[in-house]
Amino acid sequence: MRKFTENNASFDSTGNTVQAALADLVGTYDLLGKQLLNEEGKLRSFLKVYVGDEDIKALDGVDTALKEDTVLSIIPAIAGG
Amino acid sequence: MQITSKAIFPGINLSEKAKKIIFEDAQKTYPHECCGFFFGKQIEGRRQITEVLVVDNSVQENRARRFEITALDYMRAERKAIEEDLDLLGVYHSHPDHPAIPSSHDLAVALPFFSYVIVSVQKGEVNHWRSWQLDEGGLFAEEKERHNK
Repeated sequence: MRKFTENNASFDSTGNTVQAALADLVGTYDLLGKQLLNEEGKLRSFLKVYVGDEDIKALDGVDTALKEDTVLSIIPAIAGG
Repeated sequence: MQITSKAIFPGINLSEKAKKIIFEDAQKTYPHECCGFFFGKQIEGRRQITEVLVVDNSVQENRARRFEITALDYMRAERKAIEEDLDLLGVYHSHPDHPAIPSSHDLAVALPFFSYVIVSVQKGEVNHWRSWQLDEGGLFAEEKERHNK
């Protein structure tokens, strides 16, 4: 994904929810948006978002609240056969 | 179904240390598939692999034909890359008793940018390995082994 973020591995956001932080991210790197989000603006199915060590699916999804020092990770599914 | 193309990538070099770790994992895990990450630097497009992170195959069924890596292990790999000032350049896995050619399932779940090293293990012994990367058209093209001068 770094070729869409000017090779930056991390991004500081002031968004106070996962949704707001993702909007902040794709608003900054617009080419990244097509990689992360589908036509409906939802996160692509092969990606997971973690807040700390917790999948947001086990929290409040994209409405999960973020504190100032929370680390949010966007993780691609790695699999094969 | 077309899986591979003739696109050309600059090549990949696995250090002897990296090969040893990957091959040992492939043999130890046989007859199941092993998996892990590798790290290094990309110089003029050519990938120099120096470090490996072995992880568990988290798939529960058909482990001889499938692998999955957990999100937490992926985060470990990203952290290792940052801490050691290396790039996370790809994923390896083994093909027990099959050649090191990507399957249609490999293609269906592959990500761009990553190198996919596949190790063929025949009757418990490493037979050969090959590396693949998605081309612009979304097919796997081979990334040839290039030895350092």
